[in-house]
Amino acid sequence: MQLDELYQEIILDHWKHPRGKGLRAPYDAETHHLNPTCGDEITVRVRLDGDRVEYSYDGMGCSISQAAASVLYELVDGKPLAEATKVHDAFTELVGGRGTVEPDEELLGDGVAFAGVAKYPARVKCALLAWMALKDAVARADGTVDGGGA
Amino acid sequence: MSSTIAAQDAPQLDVEKIRADFPILGREVNGHPLVYLDSANTSQKPQQVLEAMWQHYAVHNGNVSRSVHTVGTEATEAYEGARARLAAFIGAPSADEVVFTRNSTEAINLVAYAFLAANVTAEGDPRFRLGPGDEVVISEMEHHSNIVPWQLLCQRTGATLRWLGITDDGRLDETDLDEIITDRTRLVSFVHMSNILGTINDPRRIVARAGEVGAFVMMDSSQSVPHAPMDVSTLGADFIAFTGHKMCGPTGIGALWGRGDLLAAMPPFLGGGSMIESVRMERSTFAAPPTRFEAGTPPIAQAVGLGAAVDYLSELGMAAVRRHEQQITAYALDALATVPGLRIFGPPTPEGRGGIISFDLEGIHPHDVGQVLDARGVEVRVGHHCAQPTCRRFGVSSMTRASFYLHTTQAEVDSLVEGLEQVRKVFG
Repeated sequence: MQLDELYQEIILDHWKHPRGKGLRAPYDAETHHLNPTCGDEITVRVRLDGDRVEYSYDGMGCSISQAAASVLYELVDGKPLAEATKVHDAFTELVGGRGTVEPDEELLGDGVAFAGVAKYPARVKCALLAWMALKDAVARADGTVDGGGA
Repeated sequence: MSSTIAAQDAPQLDVEKIRADFPILGREVNGHPLVYLDSANTSQKPQQVLEAMWQHYAVHNGNVSRSVHTVGTEATEAYEGARARLAAFIGAPSADEVVFTRNSTEAINLVAYAFLAANVTAEGDPRFRLGPGDEVVISEMEHHSNIVPWQLLCQRTGATLRWLGITDDGRLDETDLDEIITDRTRLVSFVHMSNILGTINDPRRIVARAGEVGAFVMMDSSQSVPHAPMDVSTLGADFIAFTGHKMCGPTGIGALWGRGDLLAAMPPFLGGGSMIESVRMERSTFAAPPTRFEAGTPPIAQAVGLGAAVDYLSELGMAAVRRHEQQITAYALDALATVPGLRIFGPPTPEGRGGIISFDLEGIHPHDVGQVLDARGVEVRVGHHCAQPTCRRFGVSSMTRASFYLHTTQAEVDSLVEGLEQVRKVFG
């Protein structure tokens, strides 16, 4: 069944048992992103400790958006910024690739489970919600973008 | 249409015969027969409508209201003929009271802009003037299209926006009607049938109160005109807005009905060709309604399609359509009640309710519900349904909505219920 490709066990597991959910302090920047078509919401906090990224999040929404936020936590929290950026680029390429991108399992870990989402254009935004909020927060924490609510 | 409408005596629709008129109902989605439960979003189109539009382009295509040649004359007759049939369909005393717009949203904005324009021009009719101290009243169960235009109008004129609330049962809360609609109220605009709760609002108390204080009444009839008999001559409203694509017609065309004397007092909306009487370099004079409000080449083929949709619905009889949908809604309310963890928003009984049922499946996001249903060919809408304040009123950010029409069967409702069991398995 096609649906299994989208709702892989890994995704359902992250949805049921989100890793590291909850906002933490201190933080350098906070962003709040929402998907205006469905009302999904995510709040992301980022602290840049030297070159390390500290990421925390909270949100509500569909299984895809919430699982993606959880996978993101596993992949980037505590990682060097350069590595987090690499993972971010690979994930957005995978999810936006309409099923044509071969995922790098070593780099993306549980993120490879989102390969199926790429075939559902209506759900790509769900998968990217937390990831875009993170990108925005890093840019603010980094000083490349002025602070303030998103 | 009122909540007390008597459709019980209407004839039973021949649903299988009707279904054969809709080509799309023969297709499959993800390997399953299409179960289209999203008519409140946009309705499907019968062959008769598609054929009328095809015939128009194939045989009668020309621009309207400006051609002496044969096809232009035929197109003009078809365009104006559609207006006349639409006027008769809603009980308007004159076809000149029906203005073609792009959709309901544009129809509502047209009235809002009449207020704005009357405010900034010296010759603006005083009934349409609005300023600090004046109030516009809407309700909490409106579609965004009946909220945002009035917010903008109030912000731009200094008037105040007020609203009626919703009861826990999803009915319009009229307990403080007299405190909310007052001598300050200039316009009350509210939804006839809620696109998210399915509630059918009986306009009588609001109309009576608005009459006492001298306020205009506008009704968003986007969900009522397609589904039940409409008679604006007894409704009590001054304006109604509705759209073609929800009533078996094409997208790109809707209508504003307004009382003739009010339309005549309203300044133009969009400026351009067709809507003028005479143009000089310094200034122009304008055509009478409805032409005054129809600048540029209008949606001609769409009007023809809408006219065909009106013929199609008229032949079946709107009381019969309403009766069928009441039966399906009652069946669906009972069937959905058997699904564990399912919470229905809006009136719990079929009384005063149309064929729209929104619900929440405990712990499962509507996006996920809709995705699993789609995998089984069952098409529902998920999200906030352009009614975020209503969602917020019930403490959710989104809902799953099934909506019915003249072609909906009990078997399709069963497919929905079976699909929901599958949803619970996947996310259980």
